[in-house]
Amino acid sequence: MRYLPKSPAEREAMFAELGLASEEDLFASIPAGLRQQEPLSIPPGQSEYEIRDYFEARARDAARGYACFLGAGAYHHYRPVVIDSVATRGEFLTAYTPYQAEISQGVLTTIFEFQTMVAQLTGMDVANASMYDGSTAVPEAAMMAARVTRRNRLLVARSLHPEYRQVMDTYDRYQGLPAETVAYDPQTGQLDLEDLDARLSSDVAAVLVQSPNFFGIVEPVREAAELAHKHGALLVVIFSEAASLGLLQPPEEADIVAGEFQSFAHPPSFGGPYVGILATKAKHLRQMPGRLVGETLDADGRRAFCLTLSTREQHIRRAKATSNICTNQALVALMATVYMALLGKRGLRELAEQNLSKAHFLAGALRSAGAELPFSGPFFNEFAVRPAGGSAGDVNDLALERKIIGGLDLGRFYPELAGALLVCATETAKREQIEGYADCFREAADG
Amino acid sequence: MGRIRQHQALEERLLFERSSPGKIGYQLPALDVPPVDPERALGSVHVREEIPGFPEVSEVEVIRHFTRLSSWNYAIDSGMYPLGSCTMKYNPRLNEAVARIDGIIDAHPYQPECLAQGMLEIQRTLEAYLAEICGMDAVTLQPAAGAHGELTGLLLIRAYLESRGDARRVVLIPDSAHGTNPATASIAGYEVVEIPSNRLGMIDLATLRDAVDDSVAALMVTNPNTVGIFEQDIAEVAAALHERGAQLYMDGANMNALVGIARPGDFGVDVMHLNLHKTFSTPHGGGGPGAGPVAVKRHLEPHLPLPRIRAAESGLSFDWDRPASIGRVRAFYGNFGVLVRALAYILAHGGDGLRNATVDAVLNANYIRKGLEGRYELPYEAPSMHECIFSDSRQAKHGVKTGDIAKRLIDYGFHPYTVSFPLIVRGALMIEPTETESKHELDEFIAAMRSIAEEAERDPDLIRRSPVTTRTSRVDETRAARKPILKWQSAGQE
Repeated sequence: MRYLPKSPAEREAMFAELGLASEEDLFASIPAGLRQQEPLSIPPGQSEYEIRDYFEARARDAARGYACFLGAGAYHHYRPVVIDSVATRGEFLTAYTPYQAEISQGVLTTIFEFQTMVAQLTGMDVANASMYDGSTAVPEAAMMAARVTRRNRLLVARSLHPEYRQVMDTYDRYQGLPAETVAYDPQTGQLDLEDLDARLSSDVAAVLVQSPNFFGIVEPVREAAELAHKHGALLVVIFSEAASLGLLQPPEEADIVAGEFQSFAHPPSFGGPYVGILATKAKHLRQMPGRLVGETLDADGRRAFCLTLSTREQHIRRAKATSNICTNQALVALMATVYMALLGKRGLRELAEQNLSKAHFLAGALRSAGAELPFSGPFFNEFAVRPAGGSAGDVNDLALERKIIGGLDLGRFYPELAGALLVCATETAKREQIEGYADCFREAADG
Repeated sequence: MGRIRQHQALEERLLFERSSPGKIGYQLPALDVPPVDPERALGSVHVREEIPGFPEVSEVEVIRHFTRLSSWNYAIDSGMYPLGSCTMKYNPRLNEAVARIDGIIDAHPYQPECLAQGMLEIQRTLEAYLAEICGMDAVTLQPAAGAHGELTGLLLIRAYLESRGDARRVVLIPDSAHGTNPATASIAGYEVVEIPSNRLGMIDLATLRDAVDDSVAALMVTNPNTVGIFEQDIAEVAAALHERGAQLYMDGANMNALVGIARPGDFGVDVMHLNLHKTFSTPHGGGGPGAGPVAVKRHLEPHLPLPRIRAAESGLSFDWDRPASIGRVRAFYGNFGVLVRALAYILAHGGDGLRNATVDAVLNANYIRKGLEGRYELPYEAPSMHECIFSDSRQAKHGVKTGDIAKRLIDYGFHPYTVSFPLIVRGALMIEPTETESKHELDEFIAAMRSIAEEAERDPDLIRRSPVTTRTSRVDETRAARKPILKWQSAGQE
């Protein structure tokens, strides 16, 4: 086995040193009746060449060379090659969680930079070292809000990503945190503020709102914050499209911001690994889950970084920890850090403006093809659209024949929106692809 | 000393301190559609001012910045990383290459199933191999990390017991367990009751039998346990739990000791998680991403998270219609890129190779144990599996603690072992070499540890001051916690 670095003679010498006659002797402490009798039913080890072939074959059984108008929590953005040049360096790739600060300053410094940039982008005071992904950051934020307010009811916007809501349901079922959904306005696609106001009371721990929401629409965060705060509840603002942060007003009125940084870090990769973020106001710091890196000095008085405030965490507090989360998504967070460094202040703005322009061009092209946008609220880089005449399925079937993956059928999550598609155009969507997809709408409508 | 020589270690400022207005490290293509005015499209109230403090740097500076920072890290690629229970083994580069193949890395989670057959096939194959390795009936690949797998596993137990009208409230956890176990049990809504280990470092069968009553939902056990010992009575433990209607959960953190040698399903485990970033070599990346698949026996299968993969003549598809499921544990289908790497690892080894890796992992741990016996105190006599645990009691007499020895090990060119864990051993040194260390590397490690034992007697001050050869000297963690500085601020901002 090519990953095992011992010659037969060395192995023999080691057995001899230990006074062991056979491999069986090494496992003498496992009761004989519990040892495996049959060899593993897994084919013999393969060469690098064969394994590459296997995965190349799987990749051919996928969607190579398609244009794609799917977003809905996973976005196609161009990734500069420098990201992987950095992230595949063994010094980052093969390091452990940086408990030993003296020989982990590389990881620690990049996490400190990540925390800083997340705080700058979200308008919060502090950000942690990352969470698994956006969907799991949401229940962590909800549990945090319950600890801060010592209340247990949650009000969740129905326009929060349906899968994020489902994940929260799973977590909260046994936490005694009942959640109610708050309607969206069927005209604008934005949070229904009247419905929110009616549901708020003095036992609500948090209001959870996504902006841009699942329909791509920018939410009235300030108004939601005012309502939540009037009743002593926290406002948790969630996002799944980090690229929007380059252009949208940061949710400074929020108490906690939870989101997904996949857009800055990683290709869609069939759903993971991504990288979640969690940021908050300084006063809630002690209730925050996850790792934090802080600045300090070394014994010679030089700036150094280390993991800090770990008394919140499971390895110290055990059953009383703020979360059971152990590690974060450091390597994906590093990718995001490199991306943000490359684009910088101006690049993130330009990126966001290009996304806005492409999506609005797509909306115009689809309207010209007879489709209607059911919502009037302002949208960033994705939006709901109803094809004229033909069904959403017809449009996407036609598109597939032309190597275009169309938008997501909203009926999957919202029965009242059956037949509408959620379509997304990022900076990677080319004009001719957009026009090609619009042709599918037109032709499907003409039957 | 050892293998340490001075080398180039360049200073490097933070990105924010390198920033200068107008520097760029990117270029977007010219916009091929008409530009949209953000204030008109979104309303000026929704459009932000510029991002205060955000960096502006050039591409070459980005490369140099991160390259210099990388040189301040220790990594497996630099040398042995003997962190007990962390299984820091070599991360094959092939796995990085296959995870980045076009078609795989850019697959969208919502692309039509007819265009995702390759992805579904990868998941189904990995599920089958992991079930075979664990001796279990079904596997979900969705949990994002070990602790996330623990939570999924306990929720499965909870759903199963509740489906029988028998909701219970207690989870038993040995005092040697990882901190995630009790933290997870709390998140899953259980009360934690700790079970003391016996003098051999194992679960005491009589104590356990006394603790199991009708309120107990499960025992969470790590096997081999965190002192690196195989739980001799595990089958009897399982029987005692099952007799009273409770379930056996196994934390698979130490599965590197068992693959191909013994299967948890054969000794009574009902549900367990694996850490693909430990046993199956996916890179730790400085703390994630990991993956924590959960394997179950048949009776728990109906409760597995949504969706499951279904095979039919027409091909593979997701099955969302599973009314007894605990629901979703995360969006989409898991850390797919990590799953690809783990499957590549299994394919490279094959069944026999996986078993050989286990043999070498256990051989290496015992070789280190033999090499250090007599120099460091062994708290437990039972044979070691994949890791060996010492205590600092001999060195503590000279005022040298396990944390000091660990820091001194850095001066000899090694990453420290796991310090002060498990909690049941006072001043623990927990050493796990894994199978991917050569005899030469092990011999150097043993020599370094012996040398430190001598230094502890001769010059304890030197050890307490260490590390002395690193770019960064001992870091003041107390100061960091006293007045937390968690982000960079420009001089004027504070």
